[in-house]
Amino acid sequence: EASQGGQEEEVDLEERLHELDLRSDSDIPDVPPPTDSTPEILKRALSGLSARWKNWWIRGILSLAMISGFFLIIYLGSFMLMLLVLSIQVKCYHEIITIGYRVYHSYDLPWFRSLSWYFLLCVNYFFYGETVADYFATFVQRREQLQFLIRYHRFISFALYLTGFCMFVLSLVKKHYRLQFYMFAWTHVTLLITVTQSHLVIQNLFEGMIWFLVPISSVICNDITAYIFGFFFGRTPLIKLSPKKTWEGFIGGFFSTVVFGFIFSYFLAQHQYFVCPVEYNSETNRFVTECEPSELFQMKKYSVPPLLQAVLGWETVDMYPFQMHSFALSTFASLIGPFGGFFASGFKRAFKIKDFADTIPGHGGIMDRFDCQYLMATFVHVYITSFIRGPNPSKLLKQLLILQPEQQLSVYKTLKSHLVEKGILQPSLKG
Amino acid sequence: MLINQPQGICNCAWETGSLLCLYLFLFVLQESESENKLDGETASDSESKSEFGGSSPVPTSDDTPEVLNRALSNLSSRWKNWWVRGILTLAMITFFFIIIYLGPMVLMTIVMCVQIKCFHEIITIGYNVYHSYDLPWFRTLSWYFLLCVNYFFYGETVTDYFFTLVQREEPLRILSKYHRFISFALYLTGFCMFVLSLVKKHYRLQFYMFGWTHVTLLIVVTQSHLIIHNLFEGMIWFIVPISCVICNDIMAYMFGFFFGRTPLIKLSPKKTWEGFIGGFFSTVLFGLLLSYVMSGYRCFTCPVEFNNDTNSFTVDCEPSELFQLQEYNIPVVLQSVVGWKTVRMYPFQIHSIALSTFASLIGPFGGFFASGFKRAFKIKDFANTIPGHGGIMDRFDCQYLMATFVNVYIASFIRGPNPSKLIQQFLTLRPDQQLHIFNTLKAHLVDRGILGSLEDA
Repeated sequence: EASQGGQEEEVDLEERLHELDLRSDSDIPDVPPPTDSTPEILKRALSGLSARWKNWWIRGILSLAMISGFFLIIYLGSFMLMLLVLSIQVKCYHEIITIGYRVYHSYDLPWFRSLSWYFLLCVNYFFYGETVADYFATFVQRREQLQFLIRYHRFISFALYLTGFCMFVLSLVKKHYRLQFYMFAWTHVTLLITVTQSHLVIQNLFEGMIWFLVPISSVICNDITAYIFGFFFGRTPLIKLSPKKTWEGFIGGFFSTVVFGFIFSYFLAQHQYFVCPVEYNSETNRFVTECEPSELFQMKKYSVPPLLQAVLGWETVDMYPFQMHSFALSTFASLIGPFGGFFASGFKRAFKIKDFADTIPGHGGIMDRFDCQYLMATFVHVYITSFIRGPNPSKLLKQLLILQPEQQLSVYKTLKSHLVEKGILQPSLKG
Repeated sequence: MLINQPQGICNCAWETGSLLCLYLFLFVLQESESENKLDGETASDSESKSEFGGSSPVPTSDDTPEVLNRALSNLSSRWKNWWVRGILTLAMITFFFIIIYLGPMVLMTIVMCVQIKCFHEIITIGYNVYHSYDLPWFRTLSWYFLLCVNYFFYGETVTDYFFTLVQREEPLRILSKYHRFISFALYLTGFCMFVLSLVKKHYRLQFYMFGWTHVTLLIVVTQSHLIIHNLFEGMIWFIVPISCVICNDIMAYMFGFFFGRTPLIKLSPKKTWEGFIGGFFSTVLFGLLLSYVMSGYRCFTCPVEFNNDTNSFTVDCEPSELFQLQEYNIPVVLQSVVGWKTVRMYPFQIHSIALSTFASLIGPFGGFFASGFKRAFKIKDFANTIPGHGGIMDRFDCQYLMATFVNVYIASFIRGPNPSKLIQQFLTLRPDQQLHIFNTLKAHLVDRGILGSLEDA
């Protein structure tokens, strides 16, 4: 059915795809060296130094800038942090998608850029809608239009996603089927990685800023201390994938991170600002972090195991229970976090890129900074839901209020009998 | 666990029989459609040969059992094809009905088997595309990830529906309490194994297969679990959507065959607008009729419950409002046409219109997606599991989005949250939180007048 000319073009495309010889990695075109986006002012200030020191200075200055920016945002509060997380997510997504375009030479595919951004929007809408509904329950109850959006939220999100799916199917062009399917899959895997992680980060944040700060700092600390230990003591290579990592660095990093986690949690656990769940106060229309600190953040006496008693010389020690949990978090950050880094290294080697992008001069892209955080957010979230808190009471309440009246009544009776049985509720007197 | 059938579950015997005949008719017709699809694909087969350097990716060997071959050896090959298809269709349908008769547990098992087979088919295509049979570890890892994700989903389902059973057995209780953590730990193990298995020359292939596995899991496993959720809501929510999609396939083909003129989409040149629209109206009608027939039987409309005392599944309940006949006023416009002033219908039939509409309008996009996929990777069928029919995925491609839609529809419009699940969550809260919720609920009930002065009832 295809004409001769059509068949020739088809064959040409096949040859082009053959160029992407999938059997070896040797064909990806080299990425053009990243353009130097260092601001002019820095360049002039450092023009006197040699190139190697200049690199170190640039990295140092920008690290300092990033850290200060981070502290500023913490000071500004949870809402700003949420926005920051959202912008980072969008940027990471953009970086990974751009890599996909380059790998598949698919800049010219019809519709694809719009569709990728559209899917990002849909998935974010779905996740933010679920979060917003839970945490802003009182705010939402007051406004009619929001009520409608919340009640049918899943349906609306699904409808939006379907529209994107149908647009994708309609946009399939005869010669480019495979490329289009690849980009479709690439988009979905990227969404799975970046968007879910960022939403788990935000849910951790709402649990209390300490659950956001301690994990992220542990990962950063592990990066840095593993490097330092590797620099001074490193001898045995750790993994072929990253030849610079060493076992000494790994183990040294592990112990330092655990100690750092202990000390850092000790300081943070004392302030309500970090420890309290973020709540939305509907009267003042603001986020408040004020509460009675939970048991986790109240000092307790722990007996030191006899083994350590001899070393430390104390019999008991005053600690926050949270510090025990920080031990688990630091362990994960040191042992499993690096696998996220190896994954990203493997990815960069697979696609022959040096950095994900060149957003931050001297540091590479945003993804480069966040690759080790990759699994941490999920772990913290799973940890919290399994070991720390039960279900969210306000969400439970919201669901109870949606039930049918007969169901509500039967639930009420069950709850009442349960509470009376446990002695939490005294049997009430009539009147 | 025994599977007890309460009295009267399939007194629906002759209805089952007539449904069987109907399905037989529909399936046989569906096969004639895909036979024509086969003819249209031969042009691309020759290109696929050059693409893969002379070796065709999925050789279509003749899987027909010997017995059938001999029995039909004297017929001409065209008729033989029809007979083979007919017999296998009959076998599939009979099988389908036996499964329905045996009950929800077996249906769940069947859904799981279909899911595993679909996963296997798509992963095999990935291996073929990337010539990656020799990648270290990869087969094991793909199956391992499938196991993890299934464990996670089944664990969540089991915890919801088998709540009391789980609470009684100590090991199950621990597994369910820390379920998410355990699933995550299992997944992480797989992830770390993947990272450790990266081999210098094959990074890209390995990442591709990793991505391919995850997308396949996303498609196949989530759909199958949504189907099971729908099933637990009531067998009617499982049967009606699937039948609507099948009916739409067939009706669209028939209308296209008789009246088809304007092509619908470049991707599938055989589809026509006439078929599309005709299929839409027929499917809506079919949905209305099928729901009418099925709503009368408790075995189809009741949610599947697990009875703790008898340790079995029961499908017995007071039919909800959805399944009780109501009088509807016919809009004036239709009164003159139909001649009645009011009509007695089940409210469920109104919902079936929504389901049929989705099946006719959006369902085909799932089919186009699968066609595009097959053209993109130059394969004729997903696999050749079923002789004459192609692979399992070929049968289920249009169902792809339907399960998700039904699940979202049920969650949004039909039922609210599950009360027993809420109670279960309530019991894990702290006492002060429990008290707070109790008091708020009480205030709400008093407010609405549901709870009057019966405060200590």
